[in-house]
Amino acid sequence: MRNEMLLEFDALSVNESFARMAVASFITPLNPTLEELADVKTAVSEAVTNAIIHGYDNFWGCGKHGDMPPASQEIHPGRVRLTCRTEGDLLHICVEDKGKGIEDVERAMEPLFTTRPEENRSGMGFSFMEAFMDDLEVESRPGEGTLVRMHKRIGVGPWIDA
Amino acid sequence: MDEFAVIDNCLMIRMPEEIDHHRCGYICEMADRYIVQQRVEHVVFDFEDTRFMDSSGIGILMGRYKKISCFGGKVFVLHPDRQIRRILNISGLGRLVEIVD
Ligand SMILES: Nc1ncnc2c1ncn2[C@@H]1O[C@H](COP(=O)(O)OP(=O)(O)OP(=O)(O)O)[C@@H](O)[C@H]1O
Ligand SMILES: [Mg+2]
Repeated sequence: MRNEMLLEFDALSVNESFARMAVASFITPLNPTLEELADVKTAVSEAVTNAIIHGYDNFWGCGKHGDMPPASQEIHPGRVRLTCRTEGDLLHICVEDKGKGIEDVERAMEPLFTTRPEENRSGMGFSFMEAFMDDLEVESRPGEGTLVRMHKRIGVGPWIDA
Repeated sequence: MDEFAVIDNCLMIRMPEEIDHHRCGYICEMADRYIVQQRVEHVVFDFEDTRFMDSSGIGILMGRYKKISCFGGKVFVLHPDRQIRRILNISGLGRLVEIVD
């Protein structure tokens, strides 16, 4: 069976947990194992966070309970688009922003590469997307935005990790 | 603040249920305040309650590790679940911190 959903939301850090929860609920009919769920949630969180903090530079909002940004801070009004499609046991996720884009995608995907070392970023986001999904593709154009596509087959885990 | 406590020369941090970018700034800021003001030597992160963590958690641990390791301090990780262990191992941080169950 084929099933698709599309979410579009403001590039705000409060939406990071919303996005991964939405995907987790959407894929429950596929009966994912707990480990598969954790993998998908981590990958979605990485891609969405990147769109928010790198694509649109909306870095604020790292408060305890979702503090509001300082009044002086300008918030980019950009949106993140999250498409999620299941076809049989195959899950496709696409995270798209119309933000600043990536100059050198290959370099950005190297483990530990980050353009925000001073802000507690580790440069592991793409590595986790790669490790936790079966497949990862990144398309980006400076000034135009970034598109991250990921796939994973769901429901192949239980007999491997029982 | 009960998530942060200083016992002897250790800063103990009880990590929240979900650790992502939205929540990590607060933890980093508070931890650094304790490290500087109370001159703690080691930092202990307790993941007992944590059910989700992404690369933001690695950033928190790595940043604190860099701050204290040059003075001989250590980072301890308590009660990581399986996903947190995988994340620590993939990032290579598993080799730098002491993992305790
Ligand atoms: N959507 C995006 N728009 C613009 N630049 C991006 C985007 N996603 C990633 N990047 C660039 O790629 C780099 C690497 O991304 P990655 O997620 O691997 O690490 P990070 O976000 O810097 O750190 P971490 O994810 O570990 O907190 C980023 O530092 C940023 O420069
Ligand atoms: Mg990232």
